[in-house]
Formats: sequence, structure tokens, C-alpha cells
Amino acid sequence: MNPALEHLTPDDLDDIGRELDAIRDELMADLGERDAAYIRKVVKVQRGLEGAGRAALLVSLFPPAWLAGTTALAVAKVLENMEIGHNVMHGQWDWMRDPEIHSTTWEWDSVSAAEGWKKSHNYEHHTYTNIVGKDRDLGYTLLRLDPDQPWKPFHLTQPLYNIVLALAFEWGVALYDLELDEARKGRKPWSGVVSDVKRLGRKAARQITKDYVAWPLLAGPSAAPALLGSLTANVVRNVWTHTVIFCGHFPDGAETFDFDETALDDESRGSWYVRQMLGSCNIDGPPVMHLMTGNLSYQIEHHLFPDLPSNRYAEVAPRVRALCERYGLPYVSGSLPNQYGQVLRKILRMSLPGGGKPAPAPALQT
Amino acid sequence: MPETRDSVTLWLRPSRGWPVHRPGQYVRLGVDIDGVRHWRSYSLTSVPRRRDGRIAVTVKRVAGGLVSEHLVGHARRGMVVRLGHPTGEFILPDPLEQPLLFVTAGSGVTPIMGMLRALAARPSGLPDAVHLHIAPSPEDSIFARDLRALQRAHPRYTLHEHHGDRDGRWGVAWLDRRVPDWPERHTWACGPAGLLDSLTDRFERTGMPERLHLERFRPVVAAASPGASGGRVRFRASGKEVDADATTPLLVAGEQAGVLLPHGCRMGICNSCIGRLRSGAVRDLRTGDVQHADDQMVRTCVSAAAGPIEIDL
Repeated sequence: MNPALEHLTPDDLDDIGRELDAIRDELMADLGERDAAYIRKVVKVQRGLEGAGRAALLVSLFPPAWLAGTTALAVAKVLENMEIGHNVMHGQWDWMRDPEIHSTTWEWDSVSAAEGWKKSHNYEHHTYTNIVGKDRDLGYTLLRLDPDQPWKPFHLTQPLYNIVLALAFEWGVALYDLELDEARKGRKPWSGVVSDVKRLGRKAARQITKDYVAWPLLAGPSAAPALLGSLTANVVRNVWTHTVIFCGHFPDGAETFDFDETALDDESRGSWYVRQMLGSCNIDGPPVMHLMTGNLSYQIEHHLFPDLPSNRYAEVAPRVRALCERYGLPYVSGSLPNQYGQVLRKILRMSLPGGGKPAPAPALQT
Repeated sequence: MPETRDSVTLWLRPSRGWPVHRPGQYVRLGVDIDGVRHWRSYSLTSVPRRRDGRIAVTVKRVAGGLVSEHLVGHARRGMVVRLGHPTGEFILPDPLEQPLLFVTAGSGVTPIMGMLRALAARPSGLPDAVHLHIAPSPEDSIFARDLRALQRAHPRYTLHEHHGDRDGRWGVAWLDRRVPDWPERHTWACGPAGLLDSLTDRFERTGMPERLHLERFRPVVAAASPGASGGRVRFRASGKEVDADATTPLLVAGEQAGVLLPHGCRMGICNSCIGRLRSGAVRDLRTGDVQHADDQMVRTCVSAAAGPIEIDL
């Protein structure tokens, strides 16, 4: 049992499960025209920005056009990956039954293919959130972010390595979806890796062709600045998504869990909910920041209700926070600089061995 | 455009590339209501290849029918609906087999109206045809005016109108009394199941079942109440069938029968397990809601059978 859970009785956990289920049911029943209009508007704005950005880059020999085009394209790519792609692929909009905005048909603007990402993210990360050794979320696979992860000498390089990861984040996600670590451990057949590599190759080729060949060629004399604009937009998007995602589970106060398979099988709905809340951290900020993070700034609410449309997280957050207060559970939230500062500090500290909390002093025997 | 007090004809302008339909076929209409897309099938009642490119479907309000009530009550000029491709095998053969008998009841007249309009537009006009149209009352008779106009213009077309409030319940013996040559006629019928069943029975007893062509609109499946039984589940990819009760997730029922199914979280969050429901209805084990097959995607890990179903997995 995790110490943060010790004060809760099984009845408390059942009550928490029931309360959160009730909130979920209430919101799901309330979905309608307003929500559909919201996501269609976001998609429309995103397409408009992308179109305008690409058009401006066609004449990007003119420096202001380069700046405007690159900015618009970067914002479009962030919106596409975060508020649209990630959330659509979670099935948040499947209730509309619109095949154009559906988890089974969406392919996002990223080198990682939707199919592989949905498995590694929706299933493995969202089901086994923050369980050391089970949650294959990026951070835990590539970096040491928890004292319970055994230290290895290559972790010394992780402060530097993390910067590279941030710059090339979409490639990090794509490689992580290949599950090379699982294959090495014999938990995934190498034939599966080969077919995944082929899928990644096809998707990456399409992305590279679009961003670095087709559009620059169309730009004619502006080809070089257009290519640079695409590259810049991709890097800006990479750094931003890396930042948001690392603020989701790694700031101080997020709990990790040491569960084995039997404990997981016995886990009740209520304690699953509690694990999701304790393992996630929110980011405070204005509405436009929430939009640009794809509402992953409401990471706690997202992990409780991963298939609830993201535009509803803001209204559910106060209720979740109140519930945490009532049951004496932490609800971790902070500004972006604050949260990201903690993440960077953790990356630095965990690059060295140790880093666990000091063991409690032995109790005096009487 | 209203037809009767509870039916309307919708004129639609398909986008480019919509194929030419054949009279008698139907089309799937996708209508967004409260943000959710619902698909229903409606017979095409206009002639193919109109010069203005428009097509018509006629919708009758079904009591408690979400989509038909929405369309009859709220359809407006400029409204956008999704359109499937025309489908259906309820189409007149070419060359035409004559003489003809049409039997229609209620909104069952819609596919026949499409056929009649197309036949009437030919240079030779309507062929030798008897049409029995059944409706509860004259006010509820869809296309009554159009049918009477056809009768006036085409001498070989004979219309019989049967109104329940005046003539009582229609029985198949009527055919022997009023259309004695009916066994010679190639018969096209559309209406409620009871009517079609009695016609089938009559044609089989005469030894001419191939002369009868039927169009059955999908029966309205009553929503199963809590405590209801499950049903036989057919997994289309493997062809395996299994009996599942009303509380066992489809995923578990399938796995117990040895079907390989995609799965993930097994708690309704990750969408790894979804499959397209082809027929029947499933109950969401979390909410108790019953969803009917309109080719919608369901999560097998939290859905149980509510009657016999087919799923694309």
C-alpha cells in the first residue's frame, strides 16, 4: 500500500469510485451540440492556421512572411497534436460517430503512427500509470526519474540527452512506440518490431516528404527558408509537447507506485482512480495555455476520465479538487515554470545514483 | 415539404460524384442530433437523373423515433445531412415483367412511389398495374394525391385505396375478390411485417413465391430492459458464434469461446477493443444504455449482448 493511501479505508475507496463514476456519467450524459461545435471549430481554426502558415512560407524570402508563416505553422502543429490528435485518438469524440473525428480513423501530424501510439499510450500508460516497471511512459523508458529505477552509468548523460529528446520529441515518441526494450526482454516478438519499423518508415517518409520536400519545392525561390520554417515549426512543437508531457507526471508530489500483478488484479475502481490522481500533476494558467496543452494541463482530470472530451476538464476540475480535499488526498498543481523547474531538477538529481528519501530513523525498541 | 400530418418529403442536393440510383433503392442518411450522428435508411421517392440533380426521400414520423421526429419536426432548407450511396435489391428488372401488382401500406409506399414515378416517365407510361395502397385514414395516406393523379393520366394503372377507419382491417382474401388475376401478376410489396408475412404465405400456397418481391424496413427493436437476456453473438472475422448472457462483456464471451479479439485496458477507457456492430443491440454495462446497430463502434470490454448480434471482429 502506498503511504499516501494508508489513511483511506476500503469503504472510502469505494465511495471515491462511486463519486467519480457519478461525475463521469453526469458529464457524458450532458455532451451535445455545444461540444460538437467546439471540436469542429478547433479543427477549422487549426486548418486555417496551417493553410495560412504554409501559404506564407511559400513567399518566405520576405522575412516577415517567414516569421508569420513559421509561427502559424508551429501553433497549428501544436493544436493538431495536442487538443485535436491526442484527444481524438483517446476516443474523446467517438460519441459523435463522425468518421472524420474518430479514434479509429485519425492520423496525426507526427512521425509516430497513430496505430502504435494508441496502444502504447492509451493502454499501457493510462492503465499502468506511474507503476514502476509497468508504465512504459516515455520518461520511465528513456530516463531515470524515480529513485526506485536502478541507476546505470548512462543516466549520467540524461541532462544532455533530455535536451536532445525535447528537440526531437516526435522521433522519441515514434521510437518508443517500437518497444525495443520490450523486445530485448523477450516480451515482444522481433517480427512485431520489424512490422512496426516498416509502419514507422512509411509514416516518417510521408511526414518528411510533406514538410521538407513537397512544400519547399512548391515555394520555388523560397525553398530554403520554407524548409527552415517547417523545421522550426516542428522543433517548436517538439519542445512544447515535451515540456507539457513531462509536467504531467514528473513534478514533485506526483507519486509512483510499486505494484505487482496480483495487486493490480485486486485493484478496485476507487483505488485505480486514486492512483490516477496521485500520479498526475496539473498546470495552472490562462485558457489559451490550456488550449495549447490540449488540456493536458488538466492531467489529473484527463487521467481520471481519459475519454471525456477535453473541453470539459476545466469544469470538472473544481469538483475533483474538492473531492481530494475531503479525502485528504494531494492535488498537485502549479504554474508552468514552477512545474517544469521541478522536472528539470529531478532529471539532474536522478542522473546520479540514489536520490530516494532518507530512510526513517529506526523506532526505539522498548 | 409536408406530405401528411406526420410525414415530410426532403429534397436533397447530393454533392458531386453521388451515383445514379435505381427506383426502389434506399439511401442512408446521417443526421447530427445533439452533436451525435445517427444513420437511418430511407427509400428514394424521386426519379433518377433529375435535371436539377436533386433527390427526394420521404420520412414518416415513428413514435419515439429520434431521427424521424427530428426530420419531420425540424428539417429546414439549407440543413446539411450525410448521404450514403444508394443501395438495395428491391428494384424492377429490365426488361420489365408484366402485369404488375403493388401492395403498399403506410410509409411502405415510398420505394414503390420511386418505381411508379420512373415508370410513368417512360414514353409508354405506366404498364398494366394494380396498386393496393393501405393507410389508416385518408389524411394519413402518403402520396394519395400523387397516386390519384397517376391513375388519371395512365389508363392501365388502377389504384385501390384501403383506409382502415372506413374499410376495416385488410385481409389477404381481398385479393381473390378484387384482383382475381393476382397469381399472374409480378407483385412488389412493402409495409409492416404482418402484411408481408400474410402475402408470403398466400403466394407460397399458390406455388408462386418467386412472383412476390418484398422490401422489409428494419423492424424497430424494443430496448431490452434491465435483467433481460443476452443473445447469440457472431464474430464476423472468425465466423465463430457464442451464446452470451446480458452481463458478460462481449470481449469475455468471445475469449471464452476461443475467439482472438483485440483488447487493452478491459475497463472501457483505452478503445483497443472496439469493433463495428453490424446487427442487433448491445448494452453498455457501465450505464445500462442500449445501443442499436447502425454500424456503430462499440467497446467489447464494457458491452454485453442485448439479443442476437453480429460484430465485425
